[in-house]
Amino acid sequence: MRALIVISLSLLSACALQPPKDDSLYHALGDKAGINHIVEGLLINIAHDERINRHFRNADPIRLRDKLVEKFCVESGGPCTYTGDSMAEVHKGQNIGKAEFNALVEDLIDSMDARGIPVPTQNRLIARLAPQRGEIIGK
Amino acid sequence: MNRHLSSVLIALAVLGSSAAQGEEGRLIATGGASSIDGAAGGGLTPWAVISSYGEEGQWGASAFGTRVFLPDYRLDVAGVSASYGNRVEISYAHQRFDLGSLVHKLNLPQDSLSQDIFGVKVKLFGDLIYDRLPQVSLGLEYKHQLDFLIPSLVGAQRDHDVEGYLTASRLFMGAVFGYNLVVNGGVRYSRANENGLLGFGGDRSDARSVLKEGSVALLFNPRWAVGMEYREKPDNLSFSGESDWADLFVGWFPNKHVSVVLAYAQLGTIATLDNQNGTYLSVQGSF
Repeated sequence: MRALIVISLSLLSACALQPPKDDSLYHALGDKAGINHIVEGLLINIAHDERINRHFRNADPIRLRDKLVEKFCVESGGPCTYTGDSMAEVHKGQNIGKAEFNALVEDLIDSMDARGIPVPTQNRLIARLAPQRGEIIGK
Repeated sequence: MNRHLSSVLIALAVLGSSAAQGEEGRLIATGGASSIDGAAGGGLTPWAVISSYGEEGQWGASAFGTRVFLPDYRLDVAGVSASYGNRVEISYAHQRFDLGSLVHKLNLPQDSLSQDIFGVKVKLFGDLIYDRLPQVSLGLEYKHQLDFLIPSLVGAQRDHDVEGYLTASRLFMGAVFGYNLVVNGGVRYSRANENGLLGFGGDRSDARSVLKEGSVALLFNPRWAVGMEYREKPDNLSFSGESDWADLFVGWFPNKHVSVVLAYAQLGTIATLDNQNGTYLSVQGSF
């Protein structure tokens, strides 16, 4: 267990500095097309989610989709560059709560479930996004 | 038991009526099940998680019923808990331990042992999933044994006591073949005999001791968990040895309002009768 923690911690810190070389998660998510479907499903779920959709009312949906696809692509080791603003910048002034962050995680899981993404693959993507919660909530 | 059951049912109804505005800001299964002492967690031991699904600024409540079928005994538990802000939890549980065949064998003056448990648990720091540190919580339980004649005859020193526990919980994402693993470990400072059903302190030792407890749960998906638990117990009474408890469990969380836990519980020797191993079934409602 300790070895696992050390490995995952060192992976996380390494990834914070540069895009991961391992692109197996990118492929497991179905490459660019698969990620596009996941993100579109996520945005549809968010639009129907009374808990958080108010945060997205003023967002440009096309830009939001494109930047999220880039984000997920980079996080999963795909050949993309994230051209959006930083997580802290994007969420500034929104005062996102912990419950709202979890609501988004649930919407993402639902979208991946709908795409038939296996749980271990889902966990890999969530494990890459979860450490960024601090840059998103309470800003 | 009936009186207690009806108070639990009333509490359920009251909680249920407010369920419409109930907010469930945490991820499914992160409120755990209800332990036999009433605190959120596994079945035999609490976790550091706070009951129900309330996040910052949100209230939560839960109610549960548990039955453990043993070869010579039966344990029934009913209880409720309320929580606020994913920070603090208060709980109440009523346990009734049916003495079964032992009543006639030993011509016992009572056919069951009951106790009330009032608990409070506070999250000190960390988070089950997100923070750098695991979620660490401190709990206190006040236990009051209600049928003290038999415990007093076998050497128990008092019919009520306070015990504390410090426990840590952490979800390790994708830790086992890509599946999430929840690990819980804690220490308890207690002198409860058979969890308090046989009173507190004994002829052999009347001091509290530090007892280890812990569990692991593997999540096949957010709704299904399998795992095992262990709880160390003291040995304060000379009339009978007391076994550490363990179980293997399956937990099902179909939604944020219902959960079911089925387990094989190994409770060992209880009041001179060996091999008290059997089925544990618990149903919980959350609001």
